[in-house]
Amino acid sequence: MLRMWRVGLLSGLALAAAPAHAFIAYVSNEKSNTVSVIDTDSWTVTKTIKVGQRPRGIDFTRDGKFVMVAVGDDDTIQVIDAKTQAIVDSLPSGPDPELFAQDAAGKILYVANENDNTVTVIDLEKRARLGDIQVGVEPEGMTISPDGKTLINTSETTNMAHFIDTSSRQIVANVLVDARPRFAEFKHDSSELWVSSEIGGTVSIIDPKKHEVTGKVTFEIPGLRKEAIQPVGIGMTRDDKTAFVALGPANRVAVVDVASRKVTKYLLVGQRVWHMAFTPDEKYLLTTNGVSNDVSVIDVAAQKVIKTIQVGELPWGITIAP
Amino acid sequence: MIRWLVGLIGLGLAATSALAADPVQIGVGYLGVAGTRSTLSLVEQPADNDGVAGARLAIEDNNTTGKFLNQRFTLEERRIREGEDPVEAAAALAEKNGFIIADLPADALLKVSDALRERSTLLFNAGAIDERLREADCRANVIHTAPTRAMLADALGQYLVWKQWKRWLLVVGSHDEDKLFADALRRTATRFGAKIVQERTFEDKGGARRTDSGVTLIQRQMPVFTQQAPAYDVLVAADESEVFGAYLPYRTWDPRPVAGSAGLVPRSWDAAQDQWGAIQMQNRFIKLNSRRMTPLDMQAWTAVRMIGEATSRTNSGDVKKVTDFIKGPDFSVAAFKGTKLTLRDWNLQLRQPILLVDGRMVVSVSPQEGFLHQVSELDTLGYDRPESKCKLK
Repeated sequence: MLRMWRVGLLSGLALAAAPAHAFIAYVSNEKSNTVSVIDTDSWTVTKTIKVGQRPRGIDFTRDGKFVMVAVGDDDTIQVIDAKTQAIVDSLPSGPDPELFAQDAAGKILYVANENDNTVTVIDLEKRARLGDIQVGVEPEGMTISPDGKTLINTSETTNMAHFIDTSSRQIVANVLVDARPRFAEFKHDSSELWVSSEIGGTVSIIDPKKHEVTGKVTFEIPGLRKEAIQPVGIGMTRDDKTAFVALGPANRVAVVDVASRKVTKYLLVGQRVWHMAFTPDEKYLLTTNGVSNDVSVIDVAAQKVIKTIQVGELPWGITIAP
Repeated sequence: MIRWLVGLIGLGLAATSALAADPVQIGVGYLGVAGTRSTLSLVEQPADNDGVAGARLAIEDNNTTGKFLNQRFTLEERRIREGEDPVEAAAALAEKNGFIIADLPADALLKVSDALRERSTLLFNAGAIDERLREADCRANVIHTAPTRAMLADALGQYLVWKQWKRWLLVVGSHDEDKLFADALRRTATRFGAKIVQERTFEDKGGARRTDSGVTLIQRQMPVFTQQAPAYDVLVAADESEVFGAYLPYRTWDPRPVAGSAGLVPRSWDAAQDQWGAIQMQNRFIKLNSRRMTPLDMQAWTAVRMIGEATSRTNSGDVKKVTDFIKGPDFSVAAFKGTKLTLRDWNLQLRQPILLVDGRMVVSVSPQEGFLHQVSELDTLGYDRPESKCKLK
């Protein structure tokens, strides 16, 4: 089956030729300056792609044809062709790009530039920079509301979630959250925005209409000191019932019941877990574990870790082909 | 109908006044001593703006946040010359600034804090590492962002013990602050089970730190000074006065590593620190100040950021409100050290991890794994609550 898939790739066929349940995950390895390609059928690394320096934020284009990876120390976003798995282009991202978000149509890319407190707006088709938005100190987390009207950026030292109107490109609201906000995720029904605070140790739940924090998810793991609980990545199931929160050096992913905002389970994964991605069928959730240099595979329905895959050094971000 | 109209007008007014309102001004003073002391290593010679450069960056950071909250931070710097009265300078700063970052010797700091007691001014001790400022001489209007000698010594000691370098040859300088650091190191050895196999004193007989043929001489002196020592694992130097410490590495009679005031050094910050997002701040600092960031810069940055953190959480520039929040149980600040920093409520010392650096790299960060504590592992560094002699007044 694997060989068939490879042949498919070589002959330039669409990825859809692969077996229905096999997906391709791309993992950025911050220290090795590589991207690991994982086949979710065999759960093995099928290829390691050399990229620029300090790859972090990583995402597929909406059409599934390309993978974009922010290489911060080279001040650009590189574009990998998913067919040939070779770098084919780079985007004018602004200095030190870390995380980015794209609009639903896949035409506009918004990039957090940690070094100069801006969000850069890029036209993906023209490969041109459309402008910058001034935000707080050390912009990081980026997401777009399901209706496409609001861009969220979190700034790590300002400790805010900035609400940006995507048409006027103006900040319309700023919501203070706990220290070092790293990641933002909307519920699919748009009713809530979840923002993780790495140093604060919480996830703030924000009402996106009122721009108010309406609640917080807190974490407690017996035998573990509070400072080790550092929430970063958030994954929410499509039915908005369950959220998964990566807890960094706590080496666990918390399973949160979205309605009650309570943790129902802690799953032990690799060391310093940061980001995650669901397979499109939502059967599996893959997490990047920086210090143990591996990716954990969580069976979403069973809420169990079923597999660990060794990747490059300091795996950071992950994206899976749509 | 009329009520509805009035409501509308009221709303309109509120909106305009909110837009037009002048930003809340938050004045921060910086009080330091003029001139810099000379170091043995030319590359470690502090810049004239050591410390205040960190405060300046934090003011910028606070103002970036402040523009979303209609808050504006300003910095006013004063340097006192020898013979000048620190109290006068502090009082002048306190006229316009509710907060003062101080880089002063212990006695001067105490004078200032006592003189400002009647005012609401909050002082931040960014420079003095003396234990007594957090113990017998602690003050309710002084918050300490500088670590203490005991915290630095414990941070180093934990690592040396973890490394199984438990036999120490302690070499102490002849100045008072050298002796204080030696006291801290002795306490550390007792706490963590290291053994000081012998102590030697390096007498400061005067002399220049810059000479044209110094190396030849030092190369002969240091091996002789360190010979005939009992078996030891590591030479620990207490030389805050910069008289001999930096001469020791590679020149000891026995081939042994050096730690303490030279070799592996405990510090609150280092220009090589790049973990936990610190690279962003290091870049911002270099861009603003055209040099690298020192521990004193970091201690001043942290102090100004603590003020900014509290003004944004309380949405207020009121000194009393901000002070209460900083001293309260919900306060913490992020400072690129991998964990939140909080205050020890019994003496207002900021808890913080300590870096162990060799001048090029961060070798390790303490507290070390396995040094446990019931409240916070950061409290394995320095004097803990039950040992404290501080009574905040």
